[in-house]
Parts: sequence; structure tokens; C-alpha cells
Amino acid sequence: MAYSDKVVDHFNNPRNMGSFKKDEEGVGTGMVGAPECGDVMKLQIKVQNDTIVDAKFKTFGCGSAIASSSLATEWLKGKTIEEAQKIKNTDIVQELNLPPVKIHCSVLAEDAIKAALADYQKKADGTLTNAK
Amino acid sequence: MKLPIFLDNHSTTPMDPRVLETMLPYFVEKFGNAASRNHAFGWAAEEAVENARKQIAKLIKADPKEIVFTSGATESDNLAIKGVLEMYREKGDHIITSSTEHRAVLDTVKVLEGKGKATASYLPVDKFGMVSPEDVRNAITEKTILISVMLANNEIGTINPVKEIGKIAKEKGILFHCDATQGVGKIPVDVQDMGIDLMSFSAHKMYGPKGVGALYVRKKNPRVRIVAQMDGGGHERGMRSGTLPVPLIVGFGKACELCEQEMAKDTVRLIAMRDRLEASIMKALEESYLNGHPTNRLPGNLNISFAYVEGESLLMGMKDIALSSGSACTSATLEPSYVLRALGVGTELAHSSIRFGLGRFNTDDEIDYTIKKVIEIVTKLREMSPLYEMAKEGVDLKSVQWAAH
Repeated sequence: MAYSDKVVDHFNNPRNMGSFKKDEEGVGTGMVGAPECGDVMKLQIKVQNDTIVDAKFKTFGCGSAIASSSLATEWLKGKTIEEAQKIKNTDIVQELNLPPVKIHCSVLAEDAIKAALADYQKKADGTLTNAK
Repeated sequence: MKLPIFLDNHSTTPMDPRVLETMLPYFVEKFGNAASRNHAFGWAAEEAVENARKQIAKLIKADPKEIVFTSGATESDNLAIKGVLEMYREKGDHIITSSTEHRAVLDTVKVLEGKGKATASYLPVDKFGMVSPEDVRNAITEKTILISVMLANNEIGTINPVKEIGKIAKEKGILFHCDATQGVGKIPVDVQDMGIDLMSFSAHKMYGPKGVGALYVRKKNPRVRIVAQMDGGGHERGMRSGTLPVPLIVGFGKACELCEQEMAKDTVRLIAMRDRLEASIMKALEESYLNGHPTNRLPGNLNISFAYVEGESLLMGMKDIALSSGSACTSATLEPSYVLRALGVGTELAHSSIRFGLGRFNTDDEIDYTIKKVIEIVTKLREMSPLYEMAKEGVDLKSVQWAAH
């Protein structure tokens, strides 16, 4: 199976690969997938004033999974929380030209975004409660 | 050194140029039908086919009359299993096979089971992928008519104790079929000594052409009979109708002759290269695990799992080396290798496996290049892997509650 140029590019030059400290202020972490299924994605966002100022990923998975998460971090940067919620797996499929057997990679990336946002939200709410 | 490098010699092999040379006259010049008994064109074709039959039989210590030409090992497996089952239906319907057989055997047996024509026992293998002869013995029932166990596995290269299984089959009066596709031409095969009654093999796995294979069918002690699965002109002593592909058969014969002459030399070279590849990789990369038998395996085989990285991404990172992976992502089924699973390799490590298949035409330079590339890409992908990060932090990955998807 041939990969699209964009998948190859993200695979060879992953954007924003790395990690933030999980307990750092404003950081939300999403970890989805399972090793037995052959893919695990960790996606992290750093939020300031409701805007995602930075994002990082680490992925165990095939080239398309790596490319999907790399692309996700690119898209997340600069978006508000609300805008980030709207990223759909179909957008990723389209951008990376993923074949049908690789659609699950984009679904996983969307799940990772949602999980990171939820984690950030939970932490933010927690901080608010503590402040009160 | 030329790129890309071919290190997938279990899937197929490049044809030896000497094989091609012997085939060429049989396309345009000597194009006759080997079944044409009445003219010189037919005689020339028949002579070439019979010569090839001798070369093939010699390699496996059989009689030329025991060689039935087919389109390849898949057809040979089908013909052997279905042919025996139909012929000996009155004696029973039970087949003993193993869980790591090639799909051509497993699916054939499963289809027969599904149609209610056969019952089957699928024997487990040990952690090295080996079938136990005792398990074979214990699985035999009054209804058992066929044992089908492979010589060497196509993924992990493990060589089965075929001779012991053959002995049990003989003792119990049960026919023994062996899928020897990966073994013939690579390791010594002797159908007499090994007690094999039917044996499948194929030309393109031993530097011959694609599209031709053979089924060895024993002629005496016992005389094995099978029901043809292809009806027509009654070629191949009625066991497989269809005009013989003379150029392919000539190439198959030559390939067998070359394997016989060069096996000893090839084996020494392959083992030296394979062992160097294995040692260099394992030394440089922690948590890499050998799959298959450490010593009792095909000379050109090396199958390693690299923990925390996924197989398809490894292949993608080594685009100029042709390899294969047990990862689900390279298959249509999304299930990782059933062979590795049968050895008890965990699903995650099955996803992380790479099969290196060395062959006659690989060079030391290619191995050096591969060693360098493998170390580079595994290191890079581990840096990218959340699992590696967690493991380094001391997290026990087995204790994590994963959300399976």
C-alpha cells in the first residue's frame, strides 16, 4: 500500500513530537488506544487564556497513526478550546488522504484530542473549585 | 550496492539467472505440448519435462514418477488434503494439523470442516514454534486419515521434527502430508528418511519461476492415492489435469539442481550473515526479542520483535529495505500474526515484529546497511513512542487500564 506524500512527510518530519509534564499548569493529556491493538496515542495541549498555545504528541502505531497525531498537534496550536472541539476525524482523513483501512487512525486522533481537552477541563475545574 | 535491498526471501525469491537461461528456449523455439505424443515438438517438450522431473525428484530423494506438477504450493496443499480426504473417506474423516501451518493448509482444512466433510485437531506449538510428536500421537483417533505438519515455518523459520512425526504416522498407518514450501532447497529433505507420504513445494521459493510447484505422492510403502481436484485430460497420472507449463517446469528443475549443488555453500554464507545481523541488532537494541527457535530454524530466517514500536512504522522507516512484519497493519484482517500468537508471543510484541528473509543473492554490504538502518529507525521510533516513555518512567504497561478500540 502506498502512503500519501503528506503521511510520509509527517512520518519523516514529525511536528511537535515530545511531552509536557502532566502536572504542569494548563496542560491537558489524552492517552488513547491500546498496545494490543497496535496503536497508542498520547496527545498533550498547553492552554493559556482559553487558547491552546502549544501541543505535543507521542504515538506508538503505524505511519498513518503517527501522521494523524502529528497533524493534530499542528492544527491544535492557536485554536481556542471551543474551536479545538470541532476538529473531526474526517478532516484528518481528507488532509492526509487516508485509505479506508487507515480511517481508525484518524478516529484515534480525534479521540486523543477530545481526551486531552477533557483532561484539561477537569484540571481547570478542579483548580477553580480549590480556589473557592 | 543497489537499493532497494530485498530481504523478504520467504515471500518469494529472485530467479537465478541460470534458471532463466535454461527456460528461454522453451517459450518460442521448443514450444510443444508435452502431451503431444505424435510429433517432434511434443517429444522435445516431454523430454524436457521428464528431465526436470528427475532433477526435482533427486533433490528430495524421490522417484521421478512420484512428482505431480501443480501451479504452486497452495494448489499442492489443496490437492493433497482434499484428495486424500475424498479417497479415504470410508476409513475416516479426521485430520491432524498444527496451528502455525500456512493458510493454504489451515483454510483448506477449515473449509472441509465447515462443509461437514472433515473433523480436525489443530495442535499447539511450543514457545519456539515446534510441534511435539507426542502431541501428534495423542491426537490420533480411529478416524484419523491424515497428518499435515509443515517442515519449516514461513514466519519464524522453525523446523519441525518431521522425521519423528513420519515415524508415528507409519506406525499407525496414517498418511503424512508435509508442506515443505520453505524448506525444500534450503535444508536437506529426504522423503524416505522422513517418512513423508505427500509433500508440497514450490519453485519460486528456491530461485525458480512463479506459477509452478509440485506435490510429491508416494508410490510404494504405501502407494498413496488421491482424488484429482482438477478434471480434464488426465495429465500427471490422472492426479492433475491441465497442459504442463513446460518452460516453468524446466526452470523448476534447474532451480532444484542448483539448490542441490549449492545448498552447503549457501547455508554457510546465509547463517554467517544472518547470525551477524541478529547479534548486531540484539546487542545495540535493548528489549528486542527473537521469535522462533534459536538454532533449529531455516538458515535465512530472522524474526525479531522490537518492544514499544509498531511493525508497519518500522517498515515505513526502512523504505529501501524490503521486509515483512507480523503487525496487523500490514494485513487486511487487523489481527497480528497468528503464528506469533501461537508461540505465546503477546499481541503487542506480535505487532512489533519484523521478519528478515535472507537469500542466495544478499551480500555482506546489504547486511551492514540493514543493521545500521534498523538500529536508527528503532531508536527514532522509540523516542516517539509513549509506551517506551512510560516503560522508562517505570510504569508497568500491563497494569495500565487501556481503552481497547
